[in-house]
Amino acid sequence: MTIKEAVGKFVRDGSYIFFGFFGARVPMAIVYEIVRQRKKNLDVGRGGLYDLDILIASGCVKRLDRGYGGGFEVLGLSPVFRRAVSNREIKVVEWSNTAFAWRLKAGAMGIPFIPIRTMMGTDTFRHSAARLVKCPYTGVKLCIVPACNPDVAMIHVNRCDPYGNAQIDGITVYDIEAARASRRVIITAERIVDEDSIRREPWRTCIPHFYVDAVVEVPWGSHPSNMPGEYYIDEEIFNEWIAQSKTREGVEAFLNRYVFGVEDFDGYLEAVGGLRKLKRLRDIELLRNAKTNTRCSA
Amino acid sequence: MNYEKYRPVEMMVVAASRILEDKKSVFVGTGLPMIAAILAQKTHAQRLLLMFEAGGVGARVPTLPLGVGDSRTFYRATMAGSMCDVVEASQTGFVDFGFLGGAQIDKYGNLNATCIGEYDSPKVTLPGSGGGNDIGSLCWRTIITTMHEKRRFVEKLDFVTTPGYLTGPGAREEAGLPKGTGPYRVVTDLAVLGYDEMTKRMMLISVHPEVTVQQVVDNTGFQLVIPRTVRVTDPPTSEELRIMREEIDPKGIYISR
Repeated sequence: MTIKEAVGKFVRDGSYIFFGFFGARVPMAIVYEIVRQRKKNLDVGRGGLYDLDILIASGCVKRLDRGYGGGFEVLGLSPVFRRAVSNREIKVVEWSNTAFAWRLKAGAMGIPFIPIRTMMGTDTFRHSAARLVKCPYTGVKLCIVPACNPDVAMIHVNRCDPYGNAQIDGITVYDIEAARASRRVIITAERIVDEDSIRREPWRTCIPHFYVDAVVEVPWGSHPSNMPGEYYIDEEIFNEWIAQSKTREGVEAFLNRYVFGVEDFDGYLEAVGGLRKLKRLRDIELLRNAKTNTRCSA
Repeated sequence: MNYEKYRPVEMMVVAASRILEDKKSVFVGTGLPMIAAILAQKTHAQRLLLMFEAGGVGARVPTLPLGVGDSRTFYRATMAGSMCDVVEASQTGFVDFGFLGGAQIDKYGNLNATCIGEYDSPKVTLPGSGGGNDIGSLCWRTIITTMHEKRRFVEKLDFVTTPGYLTGPGAREEAGLPKGTGPYRVVTDLAVLGYDEMTKRMMLISVHPEVTVQQVVDNTGFQLVIPRTVRVTDPPTSEELRIMREEIDPKGIYISR
């Protein structure tokens, strides 16, 4: 299956979507394809950085269950998010990051809610759909959050076999829970490997095939986000986006250049600087570039 | 490089790093907390366990991460886990320190990272809780770093994103938050502050060199508890400055100069 087919088949207008991780290991090929196919009224789970920004700027998002959204961590705040909130183009429901992770966990466990011990006493709680309950065993006050079962989870991994048995090198954040909680799962992988290499080390499989509906091989598929062990964040593109997205005209120019102006993800990779750029990002990730701060190594 | 002179933000990071203790664990947020935690690890707290909310445990951070989930947060770590993994460790009481930033803080150490102005028609939209609420809810001792300005140290937050002592003594427990957890220190470019045991209100502990108590009061939008003796923070050592400038943030990403 291609990215185009996977998005066309599984992501509908109005779908509740979850895309993996933040700032790193993001299924960007799918994000761009959703924009290209002009999907509408999406519900987005948890938030994100550049990925979320692109979807909001393209008018794809109706509602956001936010843990973190509207910023780029160290790189600053999002002009797009601010515009969208001020103009009431999106509705935001507040959560803490882990409250949202626990919602996915409940979804993955097949239970309707889960008790947690955060969010209580705050406006974050009041602007969420969390509730307070008394523990039937101990009597202590607990916060409960409803299970989240997205329509589609999109997760980028280091490698998987053609059936979707997936391996992630590094932190999994909430992606394992999301894959189990979602009705449909699209996996994009840096590399598709044969079934036998999965079977040799089955303990490395973190998403087993029976949860997975589509598998697409997309090398460099997290660009411009970080892919642990493969390539680092492309700060140039992030900064270009942050600068351009200050105006609607800038957003349009950026999207025309990198999304609508290219045929597919391969075309996009050419547009952002091609192999020369990608190799540089790999050097940074692997601490091979003398210019990076390798002396800091403990 | 000149190690005699230093910037207020450098004093702030150094003062924050000194609060962290050896053989303890700390949840680290994006930005200055990262530098402070790494600095502590490279000076007095070599066995300080760094934990990042996205799943990294025990990293030996090679270059400054741009966020709490990038590959630097689990470089040569002892575990690359999940968010549930690490935050559940703090929910069961295994994490000593939480380390956060914030746009606004009030006298009980509550934090706003959601919006400036009305929630429905904000002047500024901020990225929301992220992991802040979880860290502030669950860690035994939460440290906040923020610039000391009147618009940040406010009587009433525009939005309570992350719980401090909420409305005062007993309020955290009353709300359902784990007993014995909560705000511990606030480190700014002017001073180090803590909390009065009885009232849970923010209290001045030390002013940085060449800063007066009056200056701190003037830049705080609520009434501070001022004890009879206020110490002067020890200035950064040349070794602390060297490590920070040359090893941790040579590009000046966080500490722009």
